[in-house]
Amino acid sequence: MSHELEPITDPGLPDHVHRAADTDPVAEKRAERQVAILFALSAIGTILFIASYIYIPTTEFIFLPVLGSTNAHELFLGLGLGLSLLFIGLGAVHWAKTLMPDNEIIAERHVMRSEDVDRKGFVDTVKEGAAASGLGRRSLIKRSLGLSLGLSALTPLLFLRDLGPLPKKQLETTNWKTGTRLVTDPGDRAIKASDLEVGAVAQVLPQLLTGEERTLSNIGKDAVLLIRLRPEEFELSPERLSWTYEGIIAFSKICSHMGCAVALYEQQTKHLLCPCHQSTFDVPRAAKVIFGPSARPLPQLAITVDSEGYLIAQKPFSEPVGPSFWERSS
Amino acid sequence: MSASERVGGQVANYVDERTGAAKWLKKNLTKVFPDHWSFMLGEIALYSFIILLLSGVFLTFWFDPSQREVLYEGTYQPLSGLKMSAAYVSTLHISFDIRGGLLMRQIHHWAALLFMTAIVAHLLRVFFTGAYRKPREFNWIIGVGLLTLGIVEGFLGYSLPDDLLSGTGIRIAEAIIQAMPVIGSYLAFFAFGGAFPGDTFIPRIFTVHVLLLPGIFLALITVHLMLVWYQKHTQYPGPGRTEKNVVGYPLMPIYMAKAGGFFFIVFGVIALLSALASINPIWLYGPYTPGQISAGSQPDWYMGWLDGLVRMAPPIETHAFGHTISWNILVPGLIVPGILFTGMALYPFIESWFTGDKREHQLLDRPRNAPNRTALGAMSLTFIIITILNGGNDIIATHFSLTINQIMWFSRIGIFLLPPLAYVITKRLCLSLQRADRDLVEHGRETGRLMMTAEGEFIEVHEPISKEKAWMLTQHEQLTALEHVTEDEHGIRNPKTMGGKLRARLSRADAEQIQKPGGDSHKEIDSY
Ligand code: HEM
Ligand code: FES
Repeated sequence: MSHELEPITDPGLPDHVHRAADTDPVAEKRAERQVAILFALSAIGTILFIASYIYIPTTEFIFLPVLGSTNAHELFLGLGLGLSLLFIGLGAVHWAKTLMPDNEIIAERHVMRSEDVDRKGFVDTVKEGAAASGLGRRSLIKRSLGLSLGLSALTPLLFLRDLGPLPKKQLETTNWKTGTRLVTDPGDRAIKASDLEVGAVAQVLPQLLTGEERTLSNIGKDAVLLIRLRPEEFELSPERLSWTYEGIIAFSKICSHMGCAVALYEQQTKHLLCPCHQSTFDVPRAAKVIFGPSARPLPQLAITVDSEGYLIAQKPFSEPVGPSFWERSS
Repeated sequence: MSASERVGGQVANYVDERTGAAKWLKKNLTKVFPDHWSFMLGEIALYSFIILLLSGVFLTFWFDPSQREVLYEGTYQPLSGLKMSAAYVSTLHISFDIRGGLLMRQIHHWAALLFMTAIVAHLLRVFFTGAYRKPREFNWIIGVGLLTLGIVEGFLGYSLPDDLLSGTGIRIAEAIIQAMPVIGSYLAFFAFGGAFPGDTFIPRIFTVHVLLLPGIFLALITVHLMLVWYQKHTQYPGPGRTEKNVVGYPLMPIYMAKAGGFFFIVFGVIALLSALASINPIWLYGPYTPGQISAGSQPDWYMGWLDGLVRMAPPIETHAFGHTISWNILVPGLIVPGILFTGMALYPFIESWFTGDKREHQLLDRPRNAPNRTALGAMSLTFIIITILNGGNDIIATHFSLTINQIMWFSRIGIFLLPPLAYVITKRLCLSLQRADRDLVEHGRETGRLMMTAEGEFIEVHEPISKEKAWMLTQHEQLTALEHVTEDEHGIRNPKTMGGKLRARLSRADAEQIQKPGGDSHKEIDSY
């Protein structure tokens, strides 16, 4: 058998199918009871909430599988609140689904566009208003108004000027000066080369002069990492080699990519790794970038020792530390 | 008349005599809303926002938005005696000393995650069903705005506690600002009141987080909902549903009960989640200092794509004439996101440009019936998924014993190859689904019963499908490519220009589909 496929037309809204509760009084009663039970469960949740608030001390911890050690007070408070709210919601939705009329209704839509007369009326009104104000004719007023509005738009710029100082040379400079001692962070102790074994790493900061304060903004550009290798492991230019001291090499700890702290040192490979975007720097080759998005090696700090044998900076950093910026010249 | 009816009547009379609200309410309380599970996604976003407002206000009562340095001497022993910001101390205080404080912090954070998830899911629903078409383009743009602001709001929110993890995020945001050509350093210094991190950014982002952005959210959400109300909801196609009507249930009582109940369900689920699942345990990360970092740090998921883009960027910087341009930051941090979000916001206009379709649409598309759009959506999703995966490359590397190097190269190459591949595959998939629909209409449903023909062959018995189903599968429009119809009326004045060619190509790609059965195509239907 086969026959022509008839043109398919819209059969219209299907007939409404009654739910059990619409026709059967028993089902209706049952649905009503179910809704009431759900609401009652919510009340139990609230009681749990109040009881936990009063009876569980805030210092009580319990151990839960998967979740680990959990503060019991907060846990039961949350469970109580959650059940209290959840069951109100479930009750309301169940009520709507089983007992409220579920006949689908058809409503007409109207197009968004206004009637032509209204559109014309609107245009006329605008034109009349514009004509009445004389904006079109009085070009002197128009121009002076334009000028004054334009000028007044500048005021917010000035208001915002004091949000911060101008950068000046702040991005280019750090607190490392010729002869600044390297001190441990934390601890602020001056260190000697012998404090560092081969393979060891230490974070240092410039020693504060009396009266100076250590701010986070200072740490944000002054943080330096010391790494001690065997001197023969370096593959450095003679100049860079002269910046090291007995196998100790110093780099800015502030990543040359986006400024995170380059904190991971792998002893075997002698790589420094920034956990933010995994830029990887090869320590023996003056922190050359060997992986990741950073485009520059970490700036190297030239170090030596003073007469007492403490590690000091030979001179300031020869380039800005941290992420790039427009005014950076190398 | 009962007593309560009388009192109610009096109140209503009092209000109506002063506002005339009865007329408006009479009309609108019976307003019809179509029903579908996917229409609840936007609702979830709305409810999460309300929960964010409630829990956020609670947090402001104790949160101290200040970077004043203090010595911690509170209840949490492991951090005792450490220097940290007042903001961090107050977050510890909320977490350990305020009853319900930790719960409320977790509710706020889980609600933020749900908010972003629901917005994205809602956006995908709107995209794949074509709900953004005329007259709803404004709402699409508002939606993209809400998504963008949501990302910013969430990022600022989890930066407020001033812990080591969030401070690292702020550091990266600062680097992106600082990388902008010409104005970068100035903008960064203005934003942070000097060199990073300074001591002003927590108070500043606090104001933005609790006042400025929530205000904008409220305004945008109000307009968004008013437009939905006024333009009426779109509906899925089906028997009895046309471009001229809206089929569904009235607001009063069924939608009020369902939507109101659903709010409580969303709140209840978030509360349960927050009771059971720890989120952002800032006491484990420690206070922020730029000299340290917590390894394996991950941002909230809605920031992951940005992180992934930054991670896969090749290490390219230009140094010239005493200036530096960091492509490795600008491209993933500003240029690509800028293109993505602008393209997304403009998509309704781009589509209507290449389809030439300027009509109103009230019936939604089944995604398979708009293969080109569905494929474009799959392509964009693939792009974002690769970036998110790459954002978690360290986690993936440890879980699947890969190297980060492998994942990065996979991402760098995949980001160019896989999205177009997803486009092609999705389009083919849509077309085969269309073909299957057509078979169903023409040959009916397979019943599983076998029958022997006179020649001794076995044939499966097919049964015609219902009228409703057949209508459902064939009600869609057949698209036609622009140039084939009316080249001039649709305004391809000069198809030789770049724009004209592009438009013709897109239009052709858009019109690619299976001829649907029925109507004038007089196919044979065999129903054994
Ligand atoms: C779309 C809206 C919002 C989003 C996506 C959002 C997101 C976030 C997130 C993710 C956090 C970090 C929470 C943590 O883990 O500690 C946070 C913190 C905070 N939010 Fe919101 N929030 C929103 C709206 C609000 C509003 C309206 C307020 C207040 C009126 C507010 C007040 C706060 C406060 C005071 C904190 C810091 C307190 C703390 O972290 O303990 N938020 N926000
Ligand atoms: S900040 Fe170090 S790799 Fe990005």
